[in-house]
Amino acid sequence: MGLWNRFGMETIYALASGRGRGAVAIVRVSGPRADAALSALSGRSIGSPRLAEVRKLFCPVTGVMLDEALVIGFRGPHSFTGEDVVELHIHGGLAVIDSVLDGLGKVEGLRPALAGEFSRRAVENGKFDLSVAEGIADLVDAESAAQQAQALRQMRGMFGELCEGWRQALVKALAYIEAEIDFADEDLPSDLARSVEPLAERVRSEMQAMLEDRRGEKTRDGLFIAVLGAPNVGKSSLVNWLAGREAVIVSEVAGTTRDVVEVRLNLGGHVVTICDTAGLRETDDLIESEGIKRARAVGEDADLRLWLTTGGEDGEVPSEGSRRDILVQTKADLMETPVSRAICGSSPEGFDISVKSGFGLETLLEEISRRIEDLYGGLEAPVISRARHRSEIEACVASLIRGLKLLSQDADLSLVAEEFRLATRAIGRVTGAVDVEDLLDVVFRDFCIGK
Amino acid sequence: MATWIGLKFDPEGLFSGIREGRWPDEIMNEKQGTWDVIVIGGGHAGCEAAAAAARMNVRTLLITHKWASVGEMSCNPAIGGLGKGHLVREIDALDGLMGQVADFSGIQFRLLNRRKGPAVQGPRTQSDRKLYREEMQRRLQLQASLDVVEGGVNDLVVEDGSVTGVVTEDGRTFHAGRIILTTGTFLNGMIHIGRERVPAGRVGDAPALGLSERLYGLGLKLGRLKTGTPPRLRGASINWSILERQEADDVASCFSYLGKGAVQPQVACFVTRTNARTHEIIRENLEESPVYGGRIEGTGPRYCPSIEDKVVRFGERDGHQIFLEPEGLDDDTVYPNGISTALPADIQAAMLKTIEGLEDVEILRPGYAIEYDYVDPRELLPTLEVKKQAGLYLAGQINGTTGYEEAAAQGLMAGLNAALVVKGEDAFILDRADAYIGVMIDDLVTKGVSEPYRMFTSRAEYRLSLRADNADQRLTGLGVALGCVSGERAAVFEEKLAKLESARSLARSLSASPSKLKKAGLSINQDGVRRTAFDLLSYPDISFERVCEIWPELGALEPAVAEQIVIDATYAVYLERQAADVKSFRKDEALVLPASLDYQTVPGLSTEVRLKLEAARPVTLGQASRVEGMTASALTSLLLFVKKGNLRRAG
Repeated sequence: MGLWNRFGMETIYALASGRGRGAVAIVRVSGPRADAALSALSGRSIGSPRLAEVRKLFCPVTGVMLDEALVIGFRGPHSFTGEDVVELHIHGGLAVIDSVLDGLGKVEGLRPALAGEFSRRAVENGKFDLSVAEGIADLVDAESAAQQAQALRQMRGMFGELCEGWRQALVKALAYIEAEIDFADEDLPSDLARSVEPLAERVRSEMQAMLEDRRGEKTRDGLFIAVLGAPNVGKSSLVNWLAGREAVIVSEVAGTTRDVVEVRLNLGGHVVTICDTAGLRETDDLIESEGIKRARAVGEDADLRLWLTTGGEDGEVPSEGSRRDILVQTKADLMETPVSRAICGSSPEGFDISVKSGFGLETLLEEISRRIEDLYGGLEAPVISRARHRSEIEACVASLIRGLKLLSQDADLSLVAEEFRLATRAIGRVTGAVDVEDLLDVVFRDFCIGK
Repeated sequence: MATWIGLKFDPEGLFSGIREGRWPDEIMNEKQGTWDVIVIGGGHAGCEAAAAAARMNVRTLLITHKWASVGEMSCNPAIGGLGKGHLVREIDALDGLMGQVADFSGIQFRLLNRRKGPAVQGPRTQSDRKLYREEMQRRLQLQASLDVVEGGVNDLVVEDGSVTGVVTEDGRTFHAGRIILTTGTFLNGMIHIGRERVPAGRVGDAPALGLSERLYGLGLKLGRLKTGTPPRLRGASINWSILERQEADDVASCFSYLGKGAVQPQVACFVTRTNARTHEIIRENLEESPVYGGRIEGTGPRYCPSIEDKVVRFGERDGHQIFLEPEGLDDDTVYPNGISTALPADIQAAMLKTIEGLEDVEILRPGYAIEYDYVDPRELLPTLEVKKQAGLYLAGQINGTTGYEEAAAQGLMAGLNAALVVKGEDAFILDRADAYIGVMIDDLVTKGVSEPYRMFTSRAEYRLSLRADNADQRLTGLGVALGCVSGERAAVFEEKLAKLESARSLARSLSASPSKLKKAGLSINQDGVRRTAFDLLSYPDISFERVCEIWPELGALEPAVAEQIVIDATYAVYLERQAADVKSFRKDEALVLPASLDYQTVPGLSTEVRLKLEAARPVTLGQASRVEGMTASALTSLLLFVKKGNLRRAG
């Protein structure tokens, strides 16, 4: 059964623009519930089709504002896919993109699009004319060649090996269950189906452990480092210094809706976004306090936090530093006796730096790299690096949980088998080792999302 | 009433029914005649093919070597089982013969997987071999529009590339534009017993060598398979008293939707086992086995190994189960199921005598292995018509399948489709979401076979909806529309459907709040959501009886109707989930690839994929997706190319 097939009428969403690059990102929603999705996020459905509107987007669950976006609605068949489509043009920061995608994920009846799925729908709905169709045929070829190479690279890694192991374990488990069904009259060991419980249980727990480990996605999407501290402590100086290092700079985006400045760096092979924030302090100023609120939110979400203080002054620092926190004493050039610290540039209390003299900066960078490696590194470690893989493994785990429950209840074995079939198919879509019958599944998976 | 044209008419009784039939001397004496459809072969595929075409009211001729062998169960005298039982129900739903004949001749009905859920339950029966054959022959005689002739077909008549008839060995010509070949293992068939080799079809039947040349001449891709059969034993020489009995079910699960229970008395089967001594004899004589002696190349079925295979491959086991199955009520022949062998006859005897209960056993006929050529079914269209020879259909074992049920189902579909062409109507193709028949034929024509193909329930993606209990609801309506279903069956079906419909709406209309259900003693989430009776029946821990306590009006339903509602409810959640799958599966199945599609002109196909597509010539995009080695980008290219064609036509 095709993966193209599996989701005929569902509403899908995905980032349609490149990830992590550019000031603006476009999220596309297509399907019968596109309008409902827009209502859920912005409180109103599509106004005039094809007319751009500025709307505030909120999380449909918490009501927290996510972004202010340019919103364009299309009514099928007059859209890219031929279905109802909503495009959200949002700010390009990763945090914004993720929060909007998360928000859409919370709308009932929506699911992330598979690679190429928008195009597939467009083709099916006859939205391509002759010349476009020919162009896309070439593109599909190129896409899938590139993606195949990428998939191969990925499958050689430990993640691929692990998934293949799971697949084989599940194929075995399913085979045992099917044997009990199809060879009921034969001389088989008793309780064949029940015998797969430990195996399936092992796969389920390994999968769940991996789902809880988000290092892989961090590696791909980049880490998020917040620079926090009281006003005038030197946050911007540090960030500007980092931004000025040509060798490491990736891009610079001035956040306009939030008072943060983001700098994207490549640190030791990891893509890192460093965020400057508003100074933390008590204030009655409404605008400033909004900025501080955001700064704290950024701090909450950050993968790593640099807490800046100046010598002698008590800044706001976490009372118990976690591995996510690095304490930094700025303006070391002004300090009276940085002698002992100057030797190594660090101390149990934190790192001494001076942007002005350059003191301690390289050491700090090394520490950041070390922490990243420590927290999110181990590129060879088997980790889930794609949202699609995550959702397939989640589906696999959900089926296994239901299947194991049915099995333990001695329920209708055909239902147990059905759950294991679903689980096996889900993992098969990750490893790419899909049955001949399932080949259609592969088509648009390896085809770029949101094209 | 069928008419009979006897070439080798045997007045000694086998044809007793014929004397009552019409006997047109004018046809008998002629050396030729014209029909719409000719079926060659009177095995399980041939019988269904002939009957199906005739039910469609086209003039049909069945040509068989020997009328007395029509409907013969040449191997195990049993019908049904898992997957196979589903096929029989489906054949019956389209008014085929097998279900009713099996019901008439069944002497040990058992419903397999009774405790494992309705979707995977399969009816099975031992059949009285003679009663089966006779009942099959009787039904063929009663079939209007069907003539039967005895004779060996020597060749096809092909004019201007189309088949127009067949020529028999004695030089008679019979004309028809549609020829269905159901000749089993006749292609280059070779029987092996020990070191002996005998060219043959089944024991006693001459292989049809002339016709082989014609098929080889078409340039069809062929493969070689092997299968085997156990020795037949004399019942009186078996010590039954010490053996474990396996009884029939108390209530027979009939194959036919028209069935009303067992017709014949029910008998027991018996169980025994091989042992270390048996295995020792087999090991000592492996060189004598045609397979282990290297004299057989064909691939045998992994699911039905010879006892030699079992001993070699599962050496650690100290015994293998054997079912001793009676071949008939007044037949002392016993079929020892599980001990297929091709060892020399004397070694078969020595081996059998080591087995409990068989110490003094007498062999009536030794077991043997048979190797044969089959036509790669990828040479066929989904209608089972040969792509390279318009008008010629192949059905049954010749396509690489094994089993009566698989053969019969193909025969049925070939017969219907041949008749539809005659009538100028659209082909009748069941897809993978319609029926096991659809799964099987799609597997065959898309993937080919690497071992004798047998149906399993696990082959069906939509197993939860393709159940043995609902084959009539899936197919009989289609059959009525097609014209292959009798008025009697159609009436029974309509009545059943009406009862089910009213029961379904009743079960969906009765509802209660969680608090009321709690008071009734059911543990239900107190979420304020009303549950219908149908909802409650889908809970594994709530029985129909409990639900009837709440709504006594449900208790008034006929048991069979109630049972169907319970089954429907059991799977409802899963089937709703599957509905989207099925819908889009059908979307790809509906995208027809033109037969004339020149894959050279499709941009973006790799040479490898193009060659595969050219070889397979899939009929739909869905089928293309199941061709081995298809790539994602190739399918996309194909989809776009075909869509483009549509645009061009539309423009």
